[in-house]
Formats: sequence, C-alpha cells, structure tokens
Amino acid sequence: MSKRRVVVTECPGGPLLVRGADEVVGVDGTAAPVERAVVAVCRCGRSDRLPWCDDSHRDRRRKRSP
Amino acid sequence: MRLPQPCGPLSEGVVETLRARPQGLHAVPEPRAMGDVTYPLTDRDLQLALWVLYELHYRGFDDVDDPRAEWDPLLMVSRAALERTFEHAVRELVGATPQDAPALEDLGDTPAEQVTAALVRMTARSGPSEVAQFLHRRATRQEFCSYLAERAVHHLRESDPQSFVLPRIGGAAKVALAELQYDEYGGGRPDRLHQALFARGLASLDLPTDLASYVEQATGATLASVNLMSLFALNRRLRGAAMGHLAAFEATSSLPCDRILRGARRLRLPEEVADYYDEHVEADAVHEQLAIRGICAALVADEPELAPDVVFGATACLAVDGLAGQVLLDGWRARREDRAAG
Repeated sequence: MSKRRVVVTECPGGPLLVRGADEVVGVDGTAAPVERAVVAVCRCGRSDRLPWCDDSHRDRRRKRSP
Repeated sequence: MRLPQPCGPLSEGVVETLRARPQGLHAVPEPRAMGDVTYPLTDRDLQLALWVLYELHYRGFDDVDDPRAEWDPLLMVSRAALERTFEHAVRELVGATPQDAPALEDLGDTPAEQVTAALVRMTARSGPSEVAQFLHRRATRQEFCSYLAERAVHHLRESDPQSFVLPRIGGAAKVALAELQYDEYGGGRPDRLHQALFARGLASLDLPTDLASYVEQATGATLASVNLMSLFALNRRLRGAAMGHLAAFEATSSLPCDRILRGARRLRLPEEVADYYDEHVEADAVHEQLAIRGICAALVADEPELAPDVVFGATACLAVDGLAGQVLLDGWRARREDRAAG
C-alpha cells in the first residue's frame, strides 16, 4: 500500500487547507478528529469553532454575538 | 415528482405539451410574446417554464410519459428562446451593478492571480446578508419556516448543477471541483449528503420533503436563482461563469449560515434544522478556498480566455441571489404590515 500523503496548503489571508490528516490538536491540547477529506484550519484565531475556520477572518467585528 | 401547476402562458405551454404528448416530437409551445415579459428575473411564468425544461435533465417528472422529452429538439428550441431572454436580463443586471473594482489586468500578473484577487475582493465586503440577520434576530418560527420552504428549491438539488461541469473542465480545476463535490455529496457517507441533511431538517418540522411541494410556491426570483445555476452548468460555453458562480456562492455562505444557525437555536427549532447550517459553516469555509483557489484559478490558468466569464458568473450570483433575498425580505415586511394594520 502506498504511503498516505498529508498536504498543508496556505491560503493568503485565510486558513490552512489540510488534506490527509487524522486529527488536529488545538491550543488547549484537545484533538479534533478530521471528518472530511479537506479541512480548513483557522489561522487568525477568531473562529468560534477552533481549530476549524468558520470564515470569521472576513467579519470586521472582533467579538461575535451569542 | 409531478409537473407543477402552470402560472401563465409560457409555463402552460411547456407543461401542457409535456402532459399531452406521450411519444414523439413535442410541438413548440405557443410562446408568449417575449415583449410581455417586463422583468425576466422575477417573472414567475418565464422562470417556471424554464425550470420545468431544466428539470428534464435532472430527475424529471413522473407524469411525463415520453422519456425522450429531455432531448426533444422542439423543446430545445423553446428552452433556447427562454434562456436567451433570461441570460440577456442577467447580463443587464450585472452591467448595472456598480463596479468599483479595478480592471482585471490591474489585479495581478497572471489570469489566475487576477481572477483570485477579483473573487476575493468582490466577496470580501459581504458580511452576513440582511436575510441572515433577519433570521438570526427577528424572524418568527413561521417566517423561518417560510425561508426554508423558499430555499428548498435550491437545497433539495444542492450541488447537482455543478456536477454537469465536471466533464467540461480539465486538470487541477477538475480535481478541485471533484473534491468539493465529494464533500457536498456526503464524503462517502449517504447520511451526510447535503441534500439529505436539508430534507431531514424539513421533516423534523413536519414539512414535506419533496421538491414539487416547494416549486408550487417559490417566487419567480427564487426560481431565477436556481435556473441561473442550470443555465451556466448546462451550457458548456458558460462553464467559466458556472465556476465563478460557485466561488461567489461558497465565499458568501459561512457567515450567513452561522447567523441562520443562531436563529434556529433562538427559535428552539429541532436539532436537524440546525445541523444543516452547522455543517455549512465549516464546509463552506473549506469550499470557498477550493472554489476560488483550487477551481477558478486553475481553470483560468488552463483557459485564460475564461477569466471575464468567471468574474461575470460570480457577479451574477451575488446580483441574482441578492434580488431573490430582497423579494423575501419585502414579502416578510409586507405581511407584518398587513398584520399590524389588520
């Protein structure tokens, strides 16, 4: 069997696209399982769904309302 | 699914023709003088006629006996006439959209850079739409359900139009589109098929899950927003526009889906409704990158002459979907005023 490749792609001004990973460990040490073929990992820290990107980098306001 | 109730001479021509002729060539329906159509983008009769003709290429109708109707040359003639009027109106709307963007050639050195910059720029300023903000903060349960019913025409067929584009493009763009579609189609899990997630949301509210129920009540503008995807996807010459449309749609989806999700929770709607929007916050943040950088940039690197079409498709998406959103907001406002007055 061929070795699976994990590829990380930088999106300027946006997230990291990750293909082939099994889990992403967040800053609090929690491992989030990867459940889709490609995932977008937040780079700006503003996401409400860390470690995943939720497009908050587009939102001008810093605080999100509940 | 059964043929919808026609609502004017154009849709009546198409529906009656499909119903009447069991076999053989279908007569061209008596065209309503296209001069009668004052605004094709909200004309329900024209959009319904076109929607019925497009549906022959998707799942079709149980009460159309002739399986060859899909490629009936005379129905094709009808479709082409309706499409011409529709496409002309879309181009006029796009032309009338204020453009403060620099010319494509000033946005980068290569067509791929130019198109990427143009798509990022035109979608950057869009926060959550007014519709999403209304659903988040103000909508009643009934208004929220009316939104789901209106959008069902799109979501119960979600991603199907774009699948027609796969054989029409090549290389890295094809690979990226396949990757995006795989996610839309559940990533190997039938229970995560996005169309099915939406249907589960409808079912949890005891709403019907068949498309026909919703086509009957959809506005002309909503049908136009769905027909636009078929127009772009079923005409190979418009493949660039189809992919630009997809990029603009995905890039303006995550934030609104997050608001709609919060609205569903505020109204304490069943978790199945929230699940659809929850899935789309994360999925569309990925799809946006795939569509802009994976598909559109690669497509114009391969076929540079498609760059203006990609930008046109994206602008058309924002303009036509914006129009459909405005019609929804106007409807909610009018009904609230009626209730206040009554």
